[in-house]
Amino acid sequence: MSKSYRDGLPISPENFVDQLMRLKRGSIGRRDFLGLTGLGIATALMAREIGIMPTPAFAAENLGDRMSIATWPNYHDPQTFENFKKDTGVAVEVNVFGSNEEMLAKLQAGASGWSLFVPTNYTISTYKKLGIIEPLDMAKLANFDGTQEDPRFTSEGTIDKVIYAVPKNWGTTGFAVNTKKLTKPMTSWKEFWDTAMAEGDGRTMVHDYQLTTIGNALKYFGYSFNSLKQDELAKAEELLLKVKPHLFAVSSDYQPGMRAGDAWMTMCWTNDGAQLHRDIPEIAYVLGKEGGEIWTDFYAIPKDAPNKPAGYALLNYLMNPQVAVKEHLANGAPSTDARVNKLLPKEVLDNPILYPAADLLTPLEFGAAATLTDPGRAELMARFKSA
Amino acid sequence: MHGNRFRHNFLTALLLAPATAWLVVFLVLPFIAIAIFSVGERAPEGGYQAAFTLAQYANLPARATAFWNTMVLAPVGALACLLVAYPVAYYLALQAPQRWRLILLALVVIPFWTSLLMRTYAWMYILGGRGIPALLALVGIEDVRLINTPGAVLLGIVYGYLPLMILPIYVSLERLDRRLLEASADLGATPLSTFLGVTLKLSLPGVMTGFSLVMILLLGEYLIPTLLGGGKVFFIGNALVDLFLQSRNWPFGSAIAITLVLVSVVVLIAANRISTRVSGARRVDLI
Repeated sequence: MSKSYRDGLPISPENFVDQLMRLKRGSIGRRDFLGLTGLGIATALMAREIGIMPTPAFAAENLGDRMSIATWPNYHDPQTFENFKKDTGVAVEVNVFGSNEEMLAKLQAGASGWSLFVPTNYTISTYKKLGIIEPLDMAKLANFDGTQEDPRFTSEGTIDKVIYAVPKNWGTTGFAVNTKKLTKPMTSWKEFWDTAMAEGDGRTMVHDYQLTTIGNALKYFGYSFNSLKQDELAKAEELLLKVKPHLFAVSSDYQPGMRAGDAWMTMCWTNDGAQLHRDIPEIAYVLGKEGGEIWTDFYAIPKDAPNKPAGYALLNYLMNPQVAVKEHLANGAPSTDARVNKLLPKEVLDNPILYPAADLLTPLEFGAAATLTDPGRAELMARFKSA
Repeated sequence: MHGNRFRHNFLTALLLAPATAWLVVFLVLPFIAIAIFSVGERAPEGGYQAAFTLAQYANLPARATAFWNTMVLAPVGALACLLVAYPVAYYLALQAPQRWRLILLALVVIPFWTSLLMRTYAWMYILGGRGIPALLALVGIEDVRLINTPGAVLLGIVYGYLPLMILPIYVSLERLDRRLLEASADLGATPLSTFLGVTLKLSLPGVMTGFSLVMILLLGEYLIPTLLGGGKVFFIGNALVDLFLQSRNWPFGSAIAITLVLVSVVVLIAANRISTRVSGARRVDLI
């Protein structure tokens, strides 16, 4: 994204002449018109007085007219961004990613162009170490209320008492099963992998990155989801190589295959599980009784964000419980925010996909930072994929 | 006289400057950067760390399967394209009525105006459970799986690269002197031997151009295997995407990229040699 004075940078002589020539030609944008005539400030002030704009931050800063967010597939209510645009004039471009590794790679390469992104818990310490995320200026996030957050899910956003990320929602990684095609009830990762090689032959999907695919293979043997032990990883690799010829696909975009009926079983996150079950009731969501992954996705702002004011504005907007509740209803993942939980309808709070029983939750593990960056696991995954 | 030549050389250099600059900026510099990366080390958190080691090249066998898959995919895919493209090009150049020819040619080219990603996605839906298998279910054939099979990948490749194969063959057939065909027939050759001895032989430069073009592009292909093959079979392109985007091992990725470029150059030279030998002095117009 090109940097311009709209992103809060000082106006350059070229830009000034450019604007002047445009004015001379009689061409003027809405924003320029508002700015030049002072009507913008007047409208913003009025809007604040009569409560159209939710916070004073919008009026105080020039937010530009566009920004970019990096996030996950099927993760937001598209209406959220439409409403944000209506309120602030900022159009949000949504970049969808398949894995945290990809996000990290893009940020590491520099100039990602994002003003907000959605990393998972275990990546944040790495981002901080690499110096590519911004310590959040909490003064700009009036809608966030740390006292209402469940600390079990939110601690990894804070490093050395500095807040680098605030939570979007939490969830689990289980698997989704089309119970019309695979009728035998399943409750464990052991059954997942065994079924993949039997009744689910040619119809099973695993994620295309290492954390969950290797982690859940480790669970087959009852090892830790985050294991970095050579012998345990070797066992997991053996299992994965045995399953490989029976798979339908190695991909994190599993909704199309499941919805079309091509795939009958897939590794699956809470929110996708809830969406699939809502639309196709015979698709069930199962948490392996051996354990597996529990996660929290956060919002964070890259250090080189081209439009930080808009990034903060959107983040603050998303932290508004009224907005967040619509996001949760659309995306299907449980909230970390007590204020949002109060607004959610009872049937959502009672949904066992979103809020599983305690005995299923207890054995789940948060992914560890070392698991993400371990080159050994990365090579294992590559060997699995290229086998 | 002397001054004239100097001016001439200067003018030539000036006219060539934009192209040279383009080559340097977009081809030579990135290549040098990749070459430097390829002798470096993976940083602890991923990425690149300066070093001088050939360890990445020594590690190439770890991607032997990907190289092997690619080496099979590229010629087989190009051959499949050729088998479909030749009759089409033949019809376009020699059989189609003159007034239809341009329109038919346009129909070959128009799909190229849309991104390959979009068109491959369309195939995902056609081959997926709500496409052809749903139609088959209507006539009682249940649970057919077409998507994520080797056949789907081959279909995607033929579909995606067909125009690149048709056009060069069309051009070489279009230049064909029809009197040679008449002469061949007059001298008693059967249609088949005329085709083999005259038409096919004279169109070989086009065939070789199309073949090398498609094959070189296939050496870097990763999208079609991912979308239509379910990401189960790893090609060099997939290995590269994986190394840069998942394991963030830039040096190893760079070493593979350099190797791939070298392989492509060898393929090109081989294609040139073969084409020169089989079709006389005419060369493939690629480099």
